[in-house]
Amino acid sequence: MSMVLGALSWVFLLAGGFFVIVGGVGLLRMPDLFTRMHAAGIADTMGTGLILVGLTFQSDDWVVTAKLLLILYFIIFANPTSTHAVARSALDNDIRPLLPEEQTDHRAAS
Amino acid sequence: MSVAGALAAGVVAILVTMTLALIRSFKGPTVYDRILAVNMVSSQTILMLALLGFLMGRPRFLDIALVYVLIAFTGMMAVLKFFGHDNLEPSDRGDDGGVR
Repeated sequence: MSMVLGALSWVFLLAGGFFVIVGGVGLLRMPDLFTRMHAAGIADTMGTGLILVGLTFQSDDWVVTAKLLLILYFIIFANPTSTHAVARSALDNDIRPLLPEEQTDHRAAS
Repeated sequence: MSVAGALAAGVVAILVTMTLALIRSFKGPTVYDRILAVNMVSSQTILMLALLGFLMGRPRFLDIALVYVLIAFTGMMAVLKFFGHDNLEPSDRGDDGGVR
């Protein structure tokens, strides 16, 4: 049983580390603010969720499990809220998404 | 097959991502890119606190991580409101949940 839990923990932690790195590379390489927010969402949702679930498989105390799930709960609510606030604040200050040429022209004409 | 290896791999992944986010926060053309990168660094810090607590056998670190989640969220909202409004006063529109 503990072998199975250890293997599950391995899989979840390594998958979480993979998604964290993918999100970091996307944050550096994506072309504009709104695509960078997508990359940050990958690291915050998939990376954080997988790593915290992987840690719950290792906890032998129910208090530790409850704390890990509480952290996961707060992150699940806080990250979409702050991403929404970044997008809204940027749009209010006239930062527009990067669009292909014809779409930009269409929006300007209409 | 000890689990400490996976924990160390997670810590290394988080350090790499923090470095990339720091580079973005120095380069970022607008202030919102910098805010996004700093937010990412703080969420990686939370993960790192949890991982290091398990790696050192001191799960009390989770309390610090729990407090850090709430402080990071509140600080993020305050910074966004400051850059969106140029002040931290309550909004007079009342329909935007405090942050716009």
